[in-house]
Amino acid sequence: MGKDFKEALEGLESGPAASDAGAEAPRGPEADPSSHPSVAALREAFGDAIVHHEVMAGDEHVVFVRPERCKEILRWLHDTPEHRYDLLLDVTAVDFGGGRPLQLVYQLWSVPHKRGLRVKAELPLDALEAESVVDVWPGANWLEREAYDMFGIVFRGHPDLRRILMPENYAEGYPLRKDFPLRGRFSRAEQTRRALMLDMESDYAPHELAVARRVAEREAMASNTQTGGA
Amino acid sequence: MATKTVEYLVRRNPEMGMDGRPVPAPVFPVGVEPELQGEHMLINIGPQHPATHGVLRLVVELDGETVVRCTPHIGYLHSSFEKLGEYRGWNQIVPLTDRMDYLAPLIYNCAYAMAVEKLMGIEVTERCKVLRVILMELDRIFGHLLWLGTTAMDIGATTVFLYAFQERERIYKLHENYTGARITTSATRIGGMMADLPVGWTDQLRDFVDTLPRTLDEIETLLTNNQIWISRLQNVGAIGPEEAVAYGLTGPNLRASGVAYDVRKDRPYYDYETYDFDVPVGEHGDCYDRYLVRMEEIRQSLRIIRQALERLPDGPINVDDPRVVLPPKTDAMNDMESMIHHFKLVMEGIKAPVGESWFSVEAAKGELGMYVVSDGGTKPVRWRVRGPSFVNISALPKLVEGHLLTDVITINASLDIVLGEIDR
Repeated sequence: MGKDFKEALEGLESGPAASDAGAEAPRGPEADPSSHPSVAALREAFGDAIVHHEVMAGDEHVVFVRPERCKEILRWLHDTPEHRYDLLLDVTAVDFGGGRPLQLVYQLWSVPHKRGLRVKAELPLDALEAESVVDVWPGANWLEREAYDMFGIVFRGHPDLRRILMPENYAEGYPLRKDFPLRGRFSRAEQTRRALMLDMESDYAPHELAVARRVAEREAMASNTQTGGA
Repeated sequence: MATKTVEYLVRRNPEMGMDGRPVPAPVFPVGVEPELQGEHMLINIGPQHPATHGVLRLVVELDGETVVRCTPHIGYLHSSFEKLGEYRGWNQIVPLTDRMDYLAPLIYNCAYAMAVEKLMGIEVTERCKVLRVILMELDRIFGHLLWLGTTAMDIGATTVFLYAFQERERIYKLHENYTGARITTSATRIGGMMADLPVGWTDQLRDFVDTLPRTLDEIETLLTNNQIWISRLQNVGAIGPEEAVAYGLTGPNLRASGVAYDVRKDRPYYDYETYDFDVPVGEHGDCYDRYLVRMEEIRQSLRIIRQALERLPDGPINVDDPRVVLPPKTDAMNDMESMIHHFKLVMEGIKAPVGESWFSVEAAKGELGMYVVSDGGTKPVRWRVRGPSFVNISALPKLVEGHLLTDVITINASLDIVLGEIDR
């Protein structure tokens, strides 16, 4: 007990230890593609862009796709009438630690066909980038911002990719990565110092600051003409 | 799109609503100061503002009184629950779940336990299943009553707030009598519940179920035909079915737009398909339909609770599975094997097999997804909560566009959000 307890305490400072570091994230056995109509159709339409298909927890179909074709596949799943995954439930990521690639997870549901599908893309840690799907599902906006905020995945083409839960000037990294310690990277004193030095402007989005600036300019101009006339 | 298999259409009052058509919102001529013409103004609402229902902050860009753009800023209540979960044993996460939606905590407790049980392949006992259905429906009422009271108060109807909270107080008592806590219930464990029901609890619940409809009738008398209520809610914040789905709205907000998507019907869990209940669906997708849908959902939840109370079987509340359930206390004190078993479960914790599972339930505010990933250890690799409020509130900028500033408060209230779960 003493040893476990000590290790757990160290985890607060260093981040949790990866259970057993390997090159790949764990994978289940390849499932029968005919067990899910969308997977069979995906295999036909996209060939080897579909890397792997597995069934988790009894009835959850998971499809691994190549990250560079991920958006194309998601758009196809959304647009094709026989599949029509019109409800994007979730966009998130899983970090297994130990230098293994991050899994980007899309949880889809089709309201008309009453079917679900989980699409995963594995992103190597040195290339955490994906295409944004906001133009396919507008509801992806905040979910992608959260994945960016928590894991540092950059979504290309996102209309407003800013941090969402953490403040915009947060400098300690990406909290849900496995190498991020529970207490943060800075000491409590440094965190307090930074909080006290916060610039009020960092509480506003860029487009809001632009409006405020326009108002300020107009007011300055108005007061100039007033004093000039007097 | 959006297959409209309407199971139960909420009806507007034919007298006041003119053949079920919405009453057009009154348009007031807005006197704009000439020098302000065309100039936009920023208004900061919150984070400390009662009408934002927590610590939500909205920055609204206005042209006169019309909203040009609204940007919600969240994160003021961020507690990194998901990160904390990676440092805790499977059972120790339960107390984190009820701090997310503290307005309907039991639904979150149950959803989390169900996700882990699915991952471990555990089938809970019949009594536990029915009890969880009762608790989840009770908390749906709990959440909807809070929505009703606070929304009415935002619009100016203080009486409704008092009526709703008087009824909520009775649910608080039910929570307390069963779990010992009013809000932070933490009632579930992997494989069962923290305890069986105390003597007399079902009678107390029956009494509540029998008397709540009277209060609901009174509240509906106060609101449904109220001219102020109608003109503040009808045609405000409307969203069509296709758009509602595209924005990821779920729960009453989606159903008010006419999409009959309910997890309890579409992906039934815990034998929901055997209960007799209707899914109320709106037509116009505006704030008034969201109100009607929620009122009807409370009544449908009462129906489910009545049926569940009828069929609540006797028998054990926890599964007979030594991997997850502690031995009875008397055994642990009296025989060696049980004591070792108890010791190992407490000191090492439950081990979940390698794999992952996603479990969706219909929470009070929409679809709640619990996603757990395990590498075979005593702690999750990842525990993710797909919160309905988080996604619902992200559609707020779209809903308030072009409305008046006062409508921002109405629309925000009508979405039924809880900041504990948005910020996590």
